[in-house]
Amino acid sequence: MAAPKIIVVGGGLAGLAAVIKIAEAGGNVDLFSIVPVKRSHSVCAQGGINAAKNLKGEGDTTWKHFDDTIYGGDFLANQTPVKAMCEAAPGIIDLLDRMGVPFNRTPEGLLDFRRFGGTLYHRTAFAGATTGQQLLYALDEQVRRYESEGHVRKFEGWEFLSAVLDSEGVARGICAMNLRSMEVTTFPADAIIIATGGIGAIFGKSTNSVVCTGSAQAALYQQGAWYANGEFIQVHPTSIPGEDKLRLMSESARGEGGRVWVPRTPGDKRAARSIPESERWYFLEEWYPKYGNLVPRDVATRAIHKVVYEHGLGIDGQPMVYLDLTHIDRATLERKLEGILEIYEKFVGDDPREVPMKIFPGMHYTMGGLWVDFNQMTNIPGIFAAGEAEYQYHGANRLGANSLVSCIFGGFQSGPNAVAYAKSLKAAAGDGGHAQELARQQELNKQLLSSDGTENPFRIWRELGETMTKNVTVIRHNKNILETENKIDEMMERYHRINLSDRSQWANTSFAFTRQLWNMLQISRVVAQGARLRDESRGAHYKPDFPERNDEKFLKTTKASFDAAANAPRFEYEDVDIQHIPPRPRRYDAAS
Amino acid sequence: MAEKTIQIEIKRQSGPDAPSTWEKFEVPWKPGMNVISAMMEIAANPVNAEGQQTTPIAYDSNCLEEICGSCAMVINGKARMACSALVDKLEQPIRIQPLTKFPVVRDLAVDRSVLFENLKAVKAWVPVDGTYDLGSGPRVFPQQQEMAYPLSNCISCCCCMEVCPQFNESTGFVGAATIAQVKLFNSHPSGKVLKEERLRALAGDGGVQECGFAQNCVQACPKQLPLTEAISDVTRDVTLQVVKDFLRA
Repeated sequence: MAAPKIIVVGGGLAGLAAVIKIAEAGGNVDLFSIVPVKRSHSVCAQGGINAAKNLKGEGDTTWKHFDDTIYGGDFLANQTPVKAMCEAAPGIIDLLDRMGVPFNRTPEGLLDFRRFGGTLYHRTAFAGATTGQQLLYALDEQVRRYESEGHVRKFEGWEFLSAVLDSEGVARGICAMNLRSMEVTTFPADAIIIATGGIGAIFGKSTNSVVCTGSAQAALYQQGAWYANGEFIQVHPTSIPGEDKLRLMSESARGEGGRVWVPRTPGDKRAARSIPESERWYFLEEWYPKYGNLVPRDVATRAIHKVVYEHGLGIDGQPMVYLDLTHIDRATLERKLEGILEIYEKFVGDDPREVPMKIFPGMHYTMGGLWVDFNQMTNIPGIFAAGEAEYQYHGANRLGANSLVSCIFGGFQSGPNAVAYAKSLKAAAGDGGHAQELARQQELNKQLLSSDGTENPFRIWRELGETMTKNVTVIRHNKNILETENKIDEMMERYHRINLSDRSQWANTSFAFTRQLWNMLQISRVVAQGARLRDESRGAHYKPDFPERNDEKFLKTTKASFDAAANAPRFEYEDVDIQHIPPRPRRYDAAS
Repeated sequence: MAEKTIQIEIKRQSGPDAPSTWEKFEVPWKPGMNVISAMMEIAANPVNAEGQQTTPIAYDSNCLEEICGSCAMVINGKARMACSALVDKLEQPIRIQPLTKFPVVRDLAVDRSVLFENLKAVKAWVPVDGTYDLGSGPRVFPQQQEMAYPLSNCISCCCCMEVCPQFNESTGFVGAATIAQVKLFNSHPSGKVLKEERLRALAGDGGVQECGFAQNCVQACPKQLPLTEAISDVTRDVTLQVVKDFLRA
């Protein structure tokens, strides 16, 4: 039998990790990506990657990493896969090190580790403050090696539109669009791995890259894939507000000693550094004496909201607080944080070594995603998912520096599992559904090109981002979420009256964007409605009207499936695997 | 009250073989805006300065924080990343055109795949035995890490190639970015196993000998890679390799 043919969609850490495993096992891979894979969003990860290597004499263990991750995720993650990930993490760091990632070093030449949120251990390996970039490059280089050996074919500049499913609903390939020629083609495969990242674009401005629209996941959801825990969205406490996006200011700034504060006097006009210590309020350190500035992200984000909106203490009355590094010596800052300090300096114009940074929470990470089983396979046979596109490692809140490890681990799992699945796959009946899917996608393109209305897709998108950010991020009220759901209904209706200002059939970026927009609207509904239905507070999901976690009703995975007849999601709930660590109250303010 | 606006002129081209024309835009000013947010504004309201309907600008972008390397273009005559080009720091009208040394796809989007091909040619990777668990990597002292890290920061934007007088079809020069990666991998404790192959790939036409020491590359690099230093180090190694190979033959 010929070697199975696997398609990987997405060339970030998860996708590349999957490709490497498949190619190493002798398989052949077609790798699809909207952007050249070296430009994928993983490149933006800054602070580091977690693994309990215990190189600081603290007695850290993979079990403690597992416990911190489950507790940090407020017990919503299935425990078995998380345990496996934490156990694999030290080996993953060693492998990355062998691939040449320039991790920071101790004087003895060993890997250096720093602290991150939600743990009391130095568990985060790092390469300056551009760890994601360095990891992505290491995997990109290995894939380039396999590409030059003929194991990998890259389709860069192609966008995934849908899966090709046969008459029994089994995946037989993908349908994709060439973003230059706009040509739509189907590609056969025995198994498919979806590694297309997060869905930041539905919030308009976020820390995510432009390609993180969630379009692929949403397309699959409309083809029958379950979407799990969509309502769990991480808002990072420290981002730099901007016109085009919110730029991340890494948690490593606090890991290296950065302190968050506001002036005690509302509207204090003095320059930050001239405000004496006694007139500054280090609210995280006061409220959370044990973890201080390194509480998990959801906790820090809510604290900043409270200080700004309830205490009215935002800097100069604006929604901003200080993140202060000015007490740390310059040499340390250069060695460990240079990359992020440069970002702040370039985009804001102030030198964060001299002036405290002004930051505010911003949408950052998608904890939910395609539902997968413990083998990383979705409920559609032959479609696997890995990385931020799936839901299984972070529960209700992801800990800092766990995303890189979950992407690589998920990729490493999905690759061999997809190969094993493909080897036992029976031949498809007929053409496996290729002609039908091609015709369906061509018809969708035709409809859009002939749409003759007045609505601008970019303006609809802005409105979507505004309503999602306002009502479905940090503080959630059912009444407001419902308002957003109604607004989405209205936008879906307006979508049918879209005016494509560009109807050309060459490198038409606004056409591709308009196709994504429909999928964004669909997935926004899943996020909003899932949030409305979950009447409790857990991790990043916070409802003032239901401030407590309710394990009896909601210690459950949310599963949304698409009801095509109603053009709406249906929700069901699945028990969480809690066989290793019994749920306990999550209290970062408590002493123990 | 009249809204404050900014003036932009963009060189447009509907396809690789189409003629190019300059189109003027007037876009509402917002505090802290960059060139990308101006183009997002044009997409949301695709009307040019003459009030005519037009098409959104095609351009490459992704991270918008100068780390993915996508949005390189020529802005007011300078090859740079559009995301970190803040409007308030630019003279107006802001004149934007695609990189000139790479084939135009459409408007400001160009094809830079030549760099990725070059990286294949010089085997810019560490040839690990496998991804299975083989224990810790080699010990690396902080001094080595501090040499390697800046080279590993290359974002493949191709600005160094754009500004290089020697990077053109007649020389076939690989450009500074590729040479810097050769230095990076040749200095890695296990990456150096391919050192001789990499150096041979840079000997001869299109290799290090094409460099004319204009030093434009190091000034244009948005990530401040020590490119000229890398070129001179690798040139020395290539020369030694050529001599060695000659003597062996």
